Amino acid sequence: MKSSKASILLEPKSPVIERSLNMAKHINVALIGNPNTGKTSVFNRLTGMNQKVGNYPGITVEKKQGVFKFGRASKVHLLDLPGTYSLNASSIDENVVIELLLNKNDKDFPDVAVVVADIENLKRNLLLFTQIKDLGIPTILAINMADRMKRKAISLDVELLEEKLNTKIALISSRKNVGFDYLKQLIEDYKHLSTKPSLNASNISPEYFDRLRKAFPNQDLYKLWLVITQDVNFGKLDRKELKGVASFQTESVSNLKRLQQKETVARYQFINETLKETLHIDSANAKDLRSRLDRVLTHKIWGYVIFFGILLLIFQAIFDWSAYPMDFIDSTFASMSEWAKNTLPPGDFSNLIAEGIIPGLGGIVIFIPQIAFLFLFISILEETGYMSRVVFLMDRIMRRFGLSGKSIVPLVAGTACAIPAIMATRNIENWKERLITILVTPFTTCSARLPVYLIIISLVIPDDRVLGIFSLQGLTLMFMYILGFAAAILSAYLLDKILKIRSKSFFVVEMPNYKIPLPKNVLITVVEKTKAFVYGAGKIILAISVILWVLASYGPGDFNNAETIVQERYAQQNLSDEEFEMHVDSYKLENSYIGHVGHAIEPAVRPLGYDWKIGIALISSFAAREVFVGTLATIYSVGSEDEQTIKSRMAAERNPILGGPLFNFASGVSLLLFYAFAMQCMSTLAIVKRETNSWKWPLWQLVVMSAIAYVVALAAYQLLK
Amino acid sequence: MVTIASLKKGQRGIIKEFSVDVVPLKLLEMGCLPGNEVSLVQIAPFNDPLYLNINGSHLAIRKETASMIEIEII
Repeated sequence: MKSSKASILLEPKSPVIERSLNMAKHINVALIGNPNTGKTSVFNRLTGMNQKVGNYPGITVEKKQGVFKFGRASKVHLLDLPGTYSLNASSIDENVVIELLLNKNDKDFPDVAVVVADIENLKRNLLLFTQIKDLGIPTILAINMADRMKRKAISLDVELLEEKLNTKIALISSRKNVGFDYLKQLIEDYKHLSTKPSLNASNISPEYFDRLRKAFPNQDLYKLWLVITQDVNFGKLDRKELKGVASFQTESVSNLKRLQQKETVARYQFINETLKETLHIDSANAKDLRSRLDRVLTHKIWGYVIFFGILLLIFQAIFDWSAYPMDFIDSTFASMSEWAKNTLPPGDFSNLIAEGIIPGLGGIVIFIPQIAFLFLFISILEETGYMSRVVFLMDRIMRRFGLSGKSIVPLVAGTACAIPAIMATRNIENWKERLITILVTPFTTCSARLPVYLIIISLVIPDDRVLGIFSLQGLTLMFMYILGFAAAILSAYLLDKILKIRSKSFFVVEMPNYKIPLPKNVLITVVEKTKAFVYGAGKIILAISVILWVLASYGPGDFNNAETIVQERYAQQNLSDEEFEMHVDSYKLENSYIGHVGHAIEPAVRPLGYDWKIGIALISSFAAREVFVGTLATIYSVGSEDEQTIKSRMAAERNPILGGPLFNFASGVSLLLFYAFAMQCMSTLAIVKRETNSWKWPLWQLVVMSAIAYVVALAAYQLLK
Repeated sequence: MVTIASLKKGQRGIIKEFSVDVVPLKLLEMGCLPGNEVSLVQIAPFNDPLYLNINGSHLAIRKETASMIEIEII
């Protein structure tokens, strides 16, 4: 990424296309467009399920790529770039677009760009189009939602518009699957496209651009201009990278901004003139579905009622509906583990599989139903355009706590996983509001806490009903969610008072048209997000399960003489073989490596009501919370050979000092509270480091949140025991 | 000063000059430019933010920003 800015400045001016000699077979296409133009639907239509999602190197911006083929000759690599309103980036996501389009040496540099526009927002969408065109990249204009033209009484003179914009236009509808063959054909024939710019950049300010030309005689002026102003637009995050170019930034920031305004005005002038002759909208039927729905959904009472109703539905789905597949997964993995133990030849390797790997895998798979449900709802809310209304509705309230209306998306998404949630803070324009959102999002109850909550609640909260309808366990769970949310809001309020960051408060949110979500888009999102979670978190969980198993199965010194020691200790008692085995196993566990670690930390966790086994689970949870259940499963299955589910094993654990069940009301509540507040997720810390570009904030989070957790859990146990 | 923040629901106005130092570029790019028409579609509960139709684009901005953009009511 860093080299791109330097390289465009050194590169001699050259025609864009000459780069690829083998392009008869291989075309690089970049899909570019404003948010809410249906760009992703277009991507899905073109590539089908033939796509992969990754990350841009070094940053956490999602990189979606796909491939499709033409009948015989060529293969198209399609890259779905992040949605952006212009080439003047104001976030890391938008910056990716410019970085790529300015860097001819990037392997993804497009042979042809397809700009997706929405017929109903053509004027605004064309702004980006003219900018891309001015980079000298062959550019096709794909006008989406063309199926709405008739209903909205919109008529467009395509031929004339093609002529004025010096391009080829495909009228498409991703909803009705119309126009894609023609679009593909245009892509295949991209060499015939004109690369003539639509606007002469130096018209913006002849005097300034003259100076630029003198300083860098061989450069494309518009590209230079973008490189210079990129620094102006782009916030705190990537400042350092641009020192080299900044040296000839002879204009003040405010002057550059003025020039950017002039550029925008000039572009809109061109667009207005162009559309005046080509686009006609009969605005007679303006009172449409949008205004009627808006009136209800952003109503000062009904708006909130509907929003909380939807939240309730989501939680219902996560708790209730996903319980069935989860029980099934839990018991399946328990019996798989049993089966492996009985079938494989005895030995270390079989034990590793039966006691380390299979329970570890079970701890990952069990998340799938909940994650899938959550992303199903979130993607539907986004696709319909409802999420923007929630942002609008909540902004005033959230601002009171130092947050932005846009923080509602991360806070809701945080109930799935803090990682995508923190990435979703990128469209919060105000740095202070964004930072606070990033810092408090890990308090929201992510799905990794859910199995911990579920298992502890079912152990320590009686299975009673309140008023005959509400299950006490369900209410407890709901309380945990409210607690997480309250902790987030309250700490946001405090941070707002504590943090001394001056940043301008601005907030722009597009209110898109309401749309019925395309099932295929929703499905792809759900599958992709679930996959990303399972593979991302799964690797850590599996690795930790294996490490734990090793640490629990081997030990120093006395560990290896367990049989002799137990025999001596119980010499007087007449132990059955089974009892003897049990004593040996528990002796081994206590003297294993993990047993030593556990005993070492026990003094720290005993005041919270935990024994050394839970202590180990807590420590391993700092890698990822969901490891808790898996860890206990691993530790307990090493300890006992019975075929049982994790839950019944936990219920059977006794407190070695006080007697009685280890998981009682006091220690259970203490554990619940500890998990509610503690910052126990390495991946989240890594994301926070990336998004804030410093170790300061994640370390803060780790220390402060864990301290709160310890104190609260301690207080709870001491009061309740 | 008559600004976007002074609009009543359903009212329309024409944007006059404003300073680029206080109005974010993103807003300009979305069509908030001198000479363009703006109308107030909806006001959020607690009177902020404002849901506007600017030059055919539907967007919401805070009152604070809206009060920086001078208009002429039509």
